Amino acid sequence: MENNEQRKELKVSAIENGTVIDHIPANSLFKVIKILSLENLEEQVLFGTNLESKKYGRKGIVKVSNKFFESDEVNKIALVAPHASLIEIRDYKVVHKSVVEIPNHIQKIVRCFNPNCITNHEQITTSFDVIKDEETLKLRCHYCEKTTLRENAVFL
Amino acid sequence: MKNRSLISITDFSKEEQIRILDIAEGFEQQPTQNILGNYVVATLFFEPSTRTRLSFESAASRLGAKVIGFSSAASSSVSKGESLNDTILTVSNYSDIIVMRHPVDGSARYASEVSPVPVINAGDGANQHPTQTLLDMYSIRKTQGTLDNLNIAFVGDLKYGRTVHSLTMALTQYNTTFHLVSPTELKLPSYVKRHIKDNNLSYYQYTDLLAVIPHVDIIYMTRIQKERFSDSLEYERVKNAYNLSNSMLAGSRSNMAIMHPLPRVNEIAADVDSNPKAYYFQQALNGVFVRQALLAAILGVK
Ligand SMILES: [Zn+2]
Repeated sequence: MENNEQRKELKVSAIENGTVIDHIPANSLFKVIKILSLENLEEQVLFGTNLESKKYGRKGIVKVSNKFFESDEVNKIALVAPHASLIEIRDYKVVHKSVVEIPNHIQKIVRCFNPNCITNHEQITTSFDVIKDEETLKLRCHYCEKTTLRENAVFL
Repeated sequence: MKNRSLISITDFSKEEQIRILDIAEGFEQQPTQNILGNYVVATLFFEPSTRTRLSFESAASRLGAKVIGFSSAASSSVSKGESLNDTILTVSNYSDIIVMRHPVDGSARYASEVSPVPVINAGDGANQHPTQTLLDMYSIRKTQGTLDNLNIAFVGDLKYGRTVHSLTMALTQYNTTFHLVSPTELKLPSYVKRHIKDNNLSYYQYTDLLAVIPHVDIIYMTRIQKERFSDSLEYERVKNAYNLSNSMLAGSRSNMAIMHPLPRVNEIAADVDSNPKAYYFQQALNGVFVRQALLAAILGVK
């Protein structure tokens, strides 16, 4: 299984040390890159999308060299890639594998949908409680207390 | 509650809410007490609300506090483009507590996070107005002797009225049965009803006001605003449907009280005012006692 997985990763050439984020829905790949601010990274970043996946049809994948994410950092992507897996690579080998978890709280990455919210009027870091509610995810703004469905969330 | 801000009613626990009501009773007994002589209260009204501002300023004055502030954004540095952050930081240098009303949702929460002194939210846009909720609770307890197990009717615009939403949320702590009277297009939003259900309480929805009058302990009237309707004929039809007149009160319970957050337009006829069940002017006065209690508790003198 592990060998199989490694071979598949070779489609977007292998990395020596770093993190692979796999099982990203194909249409969320660029959101993931944005949420993790990978465009500002000095390290090598490889990515691919519309790759075949047994589970999801088409998936995206990101490989970041020499970068190991803190879990609360990477959990932010759970909003757009709830089933993403995180693979830690050392010396071309998978040393740890985990699945992202939806955080209880998110900051910065989403804009409040309420045009009359203070966060859309002044320079304020947005902040939301994540409400996991019967299959749907909702974001409750810490400031205006209005709730947005995940589908309607606008990423900053 | 010392040094705590009050932004949403849920910032205070049930016990703390009750304590505020108890302290307010003391101020109803003896409204003038010189206990805040060393304190400065700032009232920052970024949008005009004369009623609420005067109530707070009366509360502060009766306790001997000095009051500073402004009554509209036009008369403050905001009109020169100052950020809320800067206004709050500046004013907190001059005062021990800030009472704030602002047209933008969430502004009060933000102010409480940047302010070194506690903030009382006197209304932030369409979001929260917790001192209204506390004075409503005080008025219900005053007229009924209890907050528990009551039948309460909310009448009018239940969709947009934040007063109704906050009070409903607060009352779910007291085994309330809710009677919701509104035009179909102004029904209570589902997230508020959901909150009632989550607390295993019942609500009943009506379009006809007359039918509920004999069965309730409180009739809480609200104003229906014309701008909520896309069809002005529809507005004309419903506005008269919820015009409470004295003759409609014939079969009501002896303990029943009529409340209204004021100002009213035509939803309560003038002939109701002389009925002993009309409680809305006393309700407004109770706002002063509740605000006295909040100032005293948050400044740590009660
Ligand atoms: Zn917001």
